[in-house]
Amino acid sequence: MRINISNSPTMTKEENVILLDFWASMFGMRARIALAEKDVSYEYREENLRNKSELLLEMNPIHKKIPVLIHNGKPICESSIIVEYIDEVWKDKAPLFPSDAYGKACARFWADFIDKKVYPNGRKMLFTKEGEEHDAARSEFIDSLKLIEGELGNKAYLGGESFGYLDVSLIPFYPWFHAYEIYGKLNIEQDCPKLIAWVKRCIQKKESVSSVLPESLKVLEFVQQARKRLGLDE
Amino acid sequence: MADEVKLYAAAPSPYVFRAKLALSIKGVKFEYINEDLGNKSAELLKYNPVHKKVPVLVHNGNAISESLVIVEYIDEVWKGVPILPQDPYEKAIARFWAKFIDDKCIPTAFKAFGSNGDEQVVTEAREQLQILENELKVKGTKFFGGDNINLVDIAGSVIAYWVGIFQDATGLELITKEKFPKITVWAEDFVNLEVVNQALPPREDLVAFFKKMFGKA
Repeated sequence: MRINISNSPTMTKEENVILLDFWASMFGMRARIALAEKDVSYEYREENLRNKSELLLEMNPIHKKIPVLIHNGKPICESSIIVEYIDEVWKDKAPLFPSDAYGKACARFWADFIDKKVYPNGRKMLFTKEGEEHDAARSEFIDSLKLIEGELGNKAYLGGESFGYLDVSLIPFYPWFHAYEIYGKLNIEQDCPKLIAWVKRCIQKKESVSSVLPESLKVLEFVQQARKRLGLDE
Repeated sequence: MADEVKLYAAAPSPYVFRAKLALSIKGVKFEYINEDLGNKSAELLKYNPVHKKVPVLVHNGNAISESLVIVEYIDEVWKGVPILPQDPYEKAIARFWAKFIDDKCIPTAFKAFGSNGDEQVVTEAREQLQILENELKVKGTKFFGGDNINLVDIAGSVIAYWVGIFQDATGLELITKEKFPKITVWAEDFVNLEVVNQALPPREDLVAFFKKMFGKA
């Protein structure tokens, strides 16, 4: 059921915000971190991905995926789109984008790069058998992280002086690093020390990050269970 | 100081067309730099070292890559005819459909055209297009943007024009009027818009190019 609250002049900041999510999802974490940055009160609903709720299927009938942000009854899907939406609606606090169009374009470009290169290769490292495809994924994964590290340079954050859209887009991958290192046989800190320094900075300085990121060991456990189900491990 | 706007391009690319159309919609004067994709220029590689692809928009020395990122940049820099809606929710919906076209429609369609008529592959491509067809039906407007075109229509130019070219090039009729009545009418309306029509590359050149690309030449 869709509820549409009209834009009456007396409408206050009491808005109904629901997030359909899954605790380990780096895409869900993006939405959670953005909401935390903006101090938005919302209802978090954990989905069982192997038994999706009717609400999820109704709110995201095309992809049937989390995260879905439901704002006053209206669904927004796709994590990058959700984060931009959050930034635009709750624009009075913690802007996630620089004000110039070029800075925005750069942030969007690199977020798209993460989705095209970091995520799929990370996934392949965890959930495919060892072999050529696995090796190629591993190689491309670390090359991609190095490119992002190059983009970070000597800045405090990927967004520059302040934590921004691109930081929000990448930091949720950190809880998955431990699993990537085990199944990809990698040492990310060795290959990308500046990136790990950035991770630590985000965790130490941003409560939105430290309060949202799950423990690496829990994510590893989750990966191990998934691998067993896929028949990759005993 | 006058704006310096360059578009590194190649005529057959539907992604390049998105950028070209957005610039045309805004009435921006730009230098169209034709790239030989088999022998890319040093400038292109300098401006897009990550993907080494067209389109790249270079505005006063700043390089922007990825067609949808470029289109949003153009919309933000040059006011006038809006490409994205103002309302955050409507904007999110527009971005969703543009992404759907890129993530689902284009890859499955490409696979279908390259597949030599593999039924399963063709069915999958049609399933994604059906979702787009349903959206047009539900919206009930001329374009995804309503009476005027928006980001989704621009992203969908690959479906409106290029799919027909791929069909001619390969003999596979992915979109028929019977199966996709809404998309068919939308495509005609889109291509017939003056700003679109003037910017589109000629059909014959593209058919020849894609015949070769799909190995049917």
